[in-house]
Amino acid sequence: MDKTAETPAHIRKEVKTPGKLSRMFLSFYDVCQFVTRFFKEGFLPPYEGKELMRQCYDIGYRSLALISLTGFITGIVFTKQSRPSLAEFGATSWLPSLVGIALLRTLAPLLTSLIAAGKVGSSIGAELGSMRVTEQIDAMEVSATNPFKFLVTTRVLAATITIPILTFYTAMVGMLGALLNVSLFEDTSARAFFQMSLESITFLDITASTVKAVIFGFTIGIVGCYQGYNSSKGTEGVGKAANSAVVIGMFLIFIEEIISVQFFSLFRT
Amino acid sequence: MEQKKTTDRDQEKVIEVKGLYKSFGNYEVLKGVDLDLHRRENLVVLGKSGTGKSVLIKILVGLLSPDEGEVKVLGQHVDQISYKELLALRLKVGFSFQNSALYDSMTVRQNLEFPLVRNQRKLTKGEVNQAVERVLDAVGLLQTINQMPSELSGGQRKRVGIARTLILQPEVMLYDEPTAGLDPITCLEINSLINEVQERFHTSSIVITHDLTCAKAVGNRVAMLLDGKFERQGTFEEVFNTSDERVKPFYDYNFIQ
Repeated sequence: MDKTAETPAHIRKEVKTPGKLSRMFLSFYDVCQFVTRFFKEGFLPPYEGKELMRQCYDIGYRSLALISLTGFITGIVFTKQSRPSLAEFGATSWLPSLVGIALLRTLAPLLTSLIAAGKVGSSIGAELGSMRVTEQIDAMEVSATNPFKFLVTTRVLAATITIPILTFYTAMVGMLGALLNVSLFEDTSARAFFQMSLESITFLDITASTVKAVIFGFTIGIVGCYQGYNSSKGTEGVGKAANSAVVIGMFLIFIEEIISVQFFSLFRT
Repeated sequence: MEQKKTTDRDQEKVIEVKGLYKSFGNYEVLKGVDLDLHRRENLVVLGKSGTGKSVLIKILVGLLSPDEGEVKVLGQHVDQISYKELLALRLKVGFSFQNSALYDSMTVRQNLEFPLVRNQRKLTKGEVNQAVERVLDAVGLLQTINQMPSELSGGQRKRVGIARTLILQPEVMLYDEPTAGLDPITCLEINSLINEVQERFHTSSIVITHDLTCAKAVGNRVAMLLDGKFERQGTFEEVFNTSDERVKPFYDYNFIQ
């Protein structure tokens, strides 16, 4: 008689459930593996060019309306709120420079990335999450295709490419908002405004913004994909994946912002 | 002589499983499963929900890894080969999912093109179209080619799912609950489709089900998964001609109902 048949249902093996700390390290290890896999597979053929373009369109073009509105209003509000403080010192003429520097160095990359973390991160998390729980990712696996390449590398690359472009677009739209405010309250021409704004911007500002936006874009893509690709537990898991993609994405963006500000300030001094 | 050759080939084992164990946490699902599938054979795996039927076929295509045991598909140890070799093996093994798992952001045509263009990159647009239309025609759904999966009925989705696996011309087909959630008429249609696929594409199949009508209609051989092992194997009549209290209610429920 077979011994297993005598075993009381379910449990022959005692498997120890990992503790909280072990789970944290295991998760960290998983994330590292996921990121490594992206770098291993993202740049090797075959390339999913068509899907990459589609994702760039989805992430970039479809975020334009929201980003335009946010950038424009930020430009107006920031200028309006800064004027009284500068006026106290009779320095309202510095307003264009202040707006230019603030927008390009911090506001544009941060605003664009936070909006994208909410809009793009959640949509990537939910889409991949629902594909996981409805076995669509497994279906790709068993049909001898590499779902990681098709789903993950394209989305992460698209986010990494489009967020920097959106960042400069936000900065530009923010400047237009600022110009509107300035031209309503001051006697400054558009040409003078842009000249003063751009004169204060250095090459380092542009480089720092670009690098930050690339890092933020990568973070949004990889967090959204990781949460969605590894989701489980049915529809509850999809909701969790979308939510975690936004929360973790935003948290990491703030951490990266602090680190990058410290890092680039070394070059400024 | 020719007849002899065909018979020998039919005796060839396309799937061999020995002493397969699989647990999830403390719950042991498969407890030493042994299984053989011969070429051009339709093997039906029966068992109650939660007995590990789907787990078994997911192990066969490398979606899950076994805890212990030997799993050979078309002569290759699934758990020991590289990812690249696994992808090449999966080309020869079709997997039809219980919920069809159609890509819901793509049309039926794109669903079928997806595996084909990624595995045979040299095909021209015309050849791809021809292949798509051929398999859709084989499952009787050519008219749905430009529809989205959400516009299809449950039976149609199953058929498209089967067509998507057939487009890669697999040698082995794995069907996970092909008739689950379908009305009796559509079940019969799916049963005939499974038989048609075997005849037309010369596949060997494992059909996972708890529907005895389906088992009787499509199975050359039936294996009953009980307590994590195959306790009974044989023809439909051999398996159910028993007083085993674990098997009898299964039969009674299906046929008396």
